[in-house]
Amino acid sequence: MNPINFLVALSAILFSIGVLGVLTRRNAILIFMSVELMLNAANLAFVAFAQKWGKLDGQMFVFFVMTVAAAEVAVGLALIVTIFRTKRSTDVDDLAQLKG
Amino acid sequence: MNELIVYILLGVVSVVSALGLLFSRNAVYAALFLVLNFGVAAAFYLLMNAPFLAVIQISVYAGAIMVLFVFVIMLLGAERLPMADAGARIKASRFVVIAGAAVLVVSVVYALLTQGSGAAAPYASDPLAIGMMLFTKYAFPFEAVSVLLLAAMVGAVVLTTRDAK
Repeated sequence: MNPINFLVALSAILFSIGVLGVLTRRNAILIFMSVELMLNAANLAFVAFAQKWGKLDGQMFVFFVMTVAAAEVAVGLALIVTIFRTKRSTDVDDLAQLKG
Repeated sequence: MNELIVYILLGVVSVVSALGLLFSRNAVYAALFLVLNFGVAAAFYLLMNAPFLAVIQISVYAGAIMVLFVFVIMLLGAERLPMADAGARIKASRFVVIAGAAVLVVSVVYALLTQGSGAAAPYASDPLAIGMMLFTKYAFPFEAVSVLLLAAMVGAVVLTTRDAK
């Protein structure tokens, strides 16, 4: 197994762990960190495929994914802070007012 | 062959730190596991002929983003997670998720073992080449991302500012 194949397989494993984190943890901050893990797994796959095809475009996509992740974290954490101020909790199961 | 040993060692650290994030009972420990995972990813970028991305990974991800996470965790005082957090309430969906994850991993590994030849092709990936590409071929996405960052910054300020009426 050569390094590129190894990295793509590792990226699938990390992505799966991230999905498990999003779907099993109930704390909003932990869910956000799992999303970051999934984005990072995708970045690893991008870099591995850039190496495979000898093109820089894959690395460009990693650059943009990182920027979007930074924006997402800034807005997401601001939302969590605002929700914590009114609900005194970061548990996503406590946010069920719209449920009939 | 020696190179593959380095890859396998780093891969083990990466998976273990991700599992630490998944099972950690303390949000600060989870954040530190994630920093370790990002550091290993930076090492992979160096090995994969992407030195610029490795530096960006450390400074943006492990630096800025994780500092923001740790700051919010400590600001809210929410580092202790309840014991029921691992999802005793949602057992059925958890098994579906684990099965789906297993299918993804097995299919990717199978595809790689059967048809991936994966020989590397040489190419220039120094910061000069990245800058040239960023300001020519990807100039429009670059500008769009700058607007996105501005919107995110304004949004974060608006969301967290209390009404000063």
